[in-house]
Amino acid sequence: MNGAHDLGGMQGFGPVGAEPDEPVFHAEWERRAFALTLAAGALGKWNIDQSRYARERQPPAEYLATSYYEHWLYGLEKLLVEKGLVTAEELATGKAAARSDLSPVGITQMSEIIRRGGAHRIASDLPARFSAGQKVAVRNRHPLGHTRAPRYVRGRQGVIDRDHGVFVFADSSGSDQGPKPQHCYVVRFAAPELWGPEANPRDVVLVDLWDDHLDPA
Amino acid sequence: MGEGHHHHGSQAHGEDHDHHHSDVPSDPALRVKALESLLVEKGLVDPASLDYLIDLYETRIGPRNGARVVARAWTDPAYKARLLAKGGLAIKELGYEGRQGEDIVVVENTPAVHNLVVCTLCSCYPWPVLGLPPVWYKSAPYRSRAVIDPRGVLREFGVELGGEVELRVWDSTSEVRYMVLPQRPPGTEGLGEESLADLVTRDSMIGVGLALAPKVTA
Repeated sequence: MNGAHDLGGMQGFGPVGAEPDEPVFHAEWERRAFALTLAAGALGKWNIDQSRYARERQPPAEYLATSYYEHWLYGLEKLLVEKGLVTAEELATGKAAARSDLSPVGITQMSEIIRRGGAHRIASDLPARFSAGQKVAVRNRHPLGHTRAPRYVRGRQGVIDRDHGVFVFADSSGSDQGPKPQHCYVVRFAAPELWGPEANPRDVVLVDLWDDHLDPA
Repeated sequence: MGEGHHHHGSQAHGEDHDHHHSDVPSDPALRVKALESLLVEKGLVDPASLDYLIDLYETRIGPRNGARVVARAWTDPAYKARLLAKGGLAIKELGYEGRQGEDIVVVENTPAVHNLVVCTLCSCYPWPVLGLPPVWYKSAPYRSRAVIDPRGVLREFGVELGGEVELRVWDSTSEVRYMVLPQRPPGTEGLGEESLADLVTRDSMIGVGLALAPKVTA
């Protein structure tokens, strides 16, 4: 969806403003929000794409006015209710109406989940639609569901830089439509193709895009 | 640029939420506290696992891991070749693997090419080698500008690229994670891996900085 999360190319946010000390977390609630998100995710009721899509649905004005871990908290509350782990009533009152049938993930299993990571790459001999050096155009699509094709590349032409292999298609997976495995590529865009003739011709932007994002150009 | 931020205050947190109960945004600290006690009470999370996760990412996994990878690549040409060909596998040789680093691609800075990594859509970052990202990496200014004004962003970090240098900006839109192999600074010929790792900053592995010059010893 065309949400506030899709920030590439926006202007007016000011300088980047790095902090001098850079603590990993800035408050105890950030630590807890981070850990709760990973621990609830480890229950296996949603995938990382659905998790991103939940955060992306935070209303744009609110998204831009809140901090990073507030986005996480918004997404976590949304998923817990949508996937039926918590009722809206329980979330509102903070009181458990019933204990869950699920078992919480303990430290041993959690450390294994972290070590193993996600199964995004798929072992498959599915043929690639494109190969390195080929010219492509990004489809100009504006789905209401999840998409990993940023607005700033839609309708633009680029060149396949390399083929990463077959991966879960995030747009489908994040929109509850299943993994739809396909090739994911690095697509190279010349900066003037994205930003107009005043852009530096020595600059390129490389974006990971899947078969379903692309047409031959 | 510089028109300033929008500050909608409470009107940005309206009653259109499908699960929040008030017109005013509640304090995230209170919300998180209530949520944690609810999830523990329901038997959905184990408090010990929460403490484990916080300790892991706050104190155990950080950019020192990536610095060791870079130092190895600077001193071992065969390792560097493996790292640039199959980043994730070469990184695993040093024991770093897992969540948010399942597929890592390492891109090399040279006198002719400078690489910069961003995630415009969220905050994708190679956790096993760099830890959790700093606030600025996840912020709107960096995510918006890194693709449209990368040289301006680099200038803010004190990096001025020559006009002849090709600048490659990697927008991390898939589950592949990118890490920059910075250039080895001059004057480091005699240094061992541990001393070299001290020169590898986190910023240099994102591409917003360069590796440090060695300290001159008297």
